[in-house]
Amino acid sequence: MSISKDQVIDFIYDEVRMLDEGRYDEWLALWLKDGHYWMPLDYKQSDPHTVTSLMYEDLFMLKLRIERLNGARTFSQKPKSRCHHVIQRPFVDEIDETAGTCVATTFMHYVETRLDEQQLLALTARHELALVDGALRIANKRVDILNCDAAFRNIQLLP
Amino acid sequence: MGHYTGNPDAIRALHRGYEVHRDVYIDPEIYRLEMRHLFANAWVFVGHESQTPNKGDYFATQVGDQPVIQVRHSDGEVHVLYNRCPHKGTKIVIDRSGNTGKFFRCPYHAWSFKTDGCLLAIPLKKGYENTGFENSDSGKGMRAVGAVRNYRGFIFCRLAEEGISFEEFFGGSLSSIDNMVDRSPAGRLEVAGPPLRYLHHCNWKMLVENQTDTCHPMVAHESSAGTAVKLWEELDMPEGTPLPPAMEIIAPFTSPYEFFEKMGIRTWPNGHGHTGVHHSIHSNYSEIPGYMDKMVASYGEEKAKAILGENRHNTVYFPNIMIKGPIQQLRVFIPLAADRTIVESYIYRLVDGPDELTARTAMYNRMINAPTSIVGHDDLEMYERAQEGLHADGLEWVNIQRLYEEGEDFTEEAVENGTTERQMRNQFDAWVRFMTMDMDGVREAAE
Repeated sequence: MSISKDQVIDFIYDEVRMLDEGRYDEWLALWLKDGHYWMPLDYKQSDPHTVTSLMYEDLFMLKLRIERLNGARTFSQKPKSRCHHVIQRPFVDEIDETAGTCVATTFMHYVETRLDEQQLLALTARHELALVDGALRIANKRVDILNCDAAFRNIQLLP
Repeated sequence: MGHYTGNPDAIRALHRGYEVHRDVYIDPEIYRLEMRHLFANAWVFVGHESQTPNKGDYFATQVGDQPVIQVRHSDGEVHVLYNRCPHKGTKIVIDRSGNTGKFFRCPYHAWSFKTDGCLLAIPLKKGYENTGFENSDSGKGMRAVGAVRNYRGFIFCRLAEEGISFEEFFGGSLSSIDNMVDRSPAGRLEVAGPPLRYLHHCNWKMLVENQTDTCHPMVAHESSAGTAVKLWEELDMPEGTPLPPAMEIIAPFTSPYEFFEKMGIRTWPNGHGHTGVHHSIHSNYSEIPGYMDKMVASYGEEKAKAILGENRHNTVYFPNIMIKGPIQQLRVFIPLAADRTIVESYIYRLVDGPDELTARTAMYNRMINAPTSIVGHDDLEMYERAQEGLHADGLEWVNIQRLYEEGEDFTEEAVENGTTERQMRNQFDAWVRFMTMDMDGVREAAE
């Protein structure tokens, strides 16, 4: 079974909608178990390990992040944050038919709000996807923030 | 001019032993006086020498609210200059770091300066002949801060021309920097990448106090550390499964009060102090293969064990940094206004140490201190609720009374129960002294 460009594009649109609608269980189910969500701190950062990133999280950490959002004593989520992605049509950069993998780049605007504050981040998301049992899954996701070197307030949800 | 300017008695009245007046956190006049007095009289962290390793390398930052440049001069020494052209005030550098070569050149009128600040050249200089220019302050070049000290790679400065010496100011507290640097088999640290930068709408002192606040982790961080422990237990791993690094880092935050009581707090004169005298949340990290061997080769077994046996938690260097020796982290709480603070969290690699240790430190930094950190989120929430709550009338004092004793003497080093708020009281004792020590001087006339 091959991967079509439309399939990749639809996947990414569906993924950000899950995040915006808080359907986190469905979102976690998209991930392969060895995947990492990486948000670099530095512009064009190449090393996630021995310099600081904003996030470099395996599935355990992502589950923890999501579980915490609904905790009874999660004070920074009383009241809860909301988020909204506006995305450009993804660029499907590579499709490897033999391996059943592909890479896509998507430019997005991300808005997160809580109480009277709202922040806007310009993002570049790079998805590494893999076809498993006929469905696309996330092998890795990298999200670069345009002003990654700025001083941020809390970013509590998933850009 | 408000109530506090030129009024040292009013400043002293803000700290009454076990409580402080809310104005220390919310009053803009107090903030301005802190910048003019406290941050001028104290020794304040600037940067690490590895941020400017080569001649002409500079790093722009601020000391209190003063824009400064840390620069490596042609003789190899690190200088700290005010980031201002002596002509019209233009900032000489605007990027955070770079290399300026042999001299700085102002982009406005091309005045140029050696990297120790001395005036080098001015275009069309004959226009200043017979004007008395050589006697003006502007003719002397870029102004340097009052004093600079490079202590084992960490650059500190005192803005004031005269005042307390570096050694007297820090005293025994330098043992925490020593331990952090000694953990490198080569006895040197190097900065690892850019810092996290995190903007808080609260007073800078709330962040400093929180560094030795050992009664908040199990409460404020229940949502992150507590949930992590619960999720790990639900995985039902076989007995004896080693904790993954992320769990080693986050689980100790939810330790019981008894753990924190027994860890101990040490205070030093002039507002410095640390948690984790006997043990800390960093005590039980797993060993990295090969590291101990390198340490023994460098220091001998006895000294290597002593260095690695010291697991101080947070060391506060008054007024505005905290270091974690065991993981080579430094956080600087940069004041922007009474209710605005940027926290920059740096990590350092141990020269000749294993990359695995740097990786653990980078993980700690992003997990605990990033704007995206599930631990940082709850801390920020607490500070900002306090910043807003302090405006409530009817109760104008903030309580720092836990394990308070009448007539506490902060001129002597002391070790106490790890949940004491003595270190916060120690900070305010130093705060009052460094705020008021030059208040009767000429500086006041300019306020």
